Amino acid sequence: MQAIEIKQLNKSYRAIKAIENISFSVAEGELFGLVGPDGAGKSTIFNILATLLKPDAGEVSVLGLDLIKDYLKIRRKIGYLPGIFSLYPDLTVEENLRFFAVMYKSSIKENMKLIRPLWDQLSAFKKRPAGKLSGGMKQKLALCCALIHKPELLFLDEPTTGVDPVSRKEFWDILNSIQTQNITVLVSTPYMDEASRCNRIALIQNGGIIKIETPQQIVLDFEGELFSMETSEIFHLLAIMEKCRLNCNYYPYGNHLHIAFYGNKAELLTEFIQFLDEQHIIYKNLEAINPSIEDCFIELINKKAHA
Amino acid sequence: MHSIEVENLTKKFGHFTAVDHITFQVRKGEIFGFLGANGAGKTTAMKMMCGLLQPTSGKATIAGYSLKSEAKLIKRNIGYMSQRFSLYNDLTVYENMQLFGTVYGIPRKELNTRIFNSLEELQMTEKAKTLVNAIPLGWKQRLAFATAMLHRPQIVFLDEPTSGVDPIVRREFWNLIYRTASQGVTIFVTTHYMDEAEYCNRISIMSEGELKLVGTPQELKDKMQVDSIADVFVKFVNR
Repeated sequence: MQAIEIKQLNKSYRAIKAIENISFSVAEGELFGLVGPDGAGKSTIFNILATLLKPDAGEVSVLGLDLIKDYLKIRRKIGYLPGIFSLYPDLTVEENLRFFAVMYKSSIKENMKLIRPLWDQLSAFKKRPAGKLSGGMKQKLALCCALIHKPELLFLDEPTTGVDPVSRKEFWDILNSIQTQNITVLVSTPYMDEASRCNRIALIQNGGIIKIETPQQIVLDFEGELFSMETSEIFHLLAIMEKCRLNCNYYPYGNHLHIAFYGNKAELLTEFIQFLDEQHIIYKNLEAINPSIEDCFIELINKKAHA
Repeated sequence: MHSIEVENLTKKFGHFTAVDHITFQVRKGEIFGFLGANGAGKTTAMKMMCGLLQPTSGKATIAGYSLKSEAKLIKRNIGYMSQRFSLYNDLTVYENMQLFGTVYGIPRKELNTRIFNSLEELQMTEKAKTLVNAIPLGWKQRLAFATAMLHRPQIVFLDEPTSGVDPIVRREFWNLIYRTASQGVTIFVTTHYMDEAEYCNRISIMSEGELKLVGTPQELKDKMQVDSIADVFVKFVNR
């Protein structure tokens, strides 16, 4: 059985099509990522799967249950961490957790094992109102509350947005450990670098899925020949790159320029080096590199834009 | 000339020191990145620099005006763009710009010219009468930036301006930042995207209320002996 099965899902808010003909399935025990910018439709998918929003059209089954008929059963079996902070700000950390445990007819003690690594960090703030926690701690508490009834399926809507890179890495370590407890996880993120932590990802933009694959395969499917070079004048270079009429795609990546060639790699590279010399660009470390998920996403969006 | 000079700026909330004696300068036309873990004190420091929060001690000169005695003049000479863009969804593109321009007291005729030029530059002229609600996120972002620039501030503060936008739009926005800086506007920007930190002329890293590192991206990488700002950040915060 698939943990989630979605076929031709559609949802509009008046004239705005939030998601259009979305289909994908998530296997039991999988850590599946929805990767894409704000407004791509990620939250709409979560709200539908969590039985909070009725789809306009399409077939959806969650844990083998029918979205409409069995919505109460579904709710008991899922955990949901929405994109906006949804705990009770004036209840303490401990009260929030107990509230969620009781609501699901469970107890903190029963599932302490599951939240132990998170709770160890939170317990110092047990008596503090949840509204007075820092951003990172709020997220950890929210995750505890979503886990305390040991759901079979966990939905996390942008749990790391606005979180600093170090705390983000910590959060993903926790997600990987949750996965080992036989919990299926569907998580969304706008950060491309997090995609590699998932078993499979769906790259999503403007309400549609661009690609579904393992992160490894997405990288292998990159069509261009990608090179990187370092320069201290990245914006100057970008301004004059318009004159470079090669069959390529280029964009800044920090103080590097990434350039993907389409066609005869050796020829294009020679011509590009000639161009750099003619324009008196000072650069170093021009070399072929493996694309990141972000490079792949950019290639896919460009391809779609030109199609 | 420095457009931001901060000296021993400190903010305490009761017994908690959110910002602890930070000192730094930012040159006119510089792109200055302000990094740090969540809760490091970045927002508090930024609020003080914008004249929205009184410091407990220390001083600062922003755009040539003293934080203590001329906070009103500071506000008139800086622009601010938050990650939530603070635009009115139920007003059109044009109405949003008109509203913000009027708040800053720009005369009507002059304001119209500025809005026209600004929309032209952003290639959004045809969208002037569209509700902000109905334009894509990337456009909202550019519009929010243009709105923050209408009163021609000397410094613009950008608080996670690229949060959640797609990788292409993110890069286009940095091109816009770069063009603005090359016209002499000072850019003070926070971000959680470490590749963006590399676009800054200089960056600083805050931790536990203190400003721990300031320098060019290259200087910081050399100092910490790593290849990227992402590694500088990780190494630094984990210390």
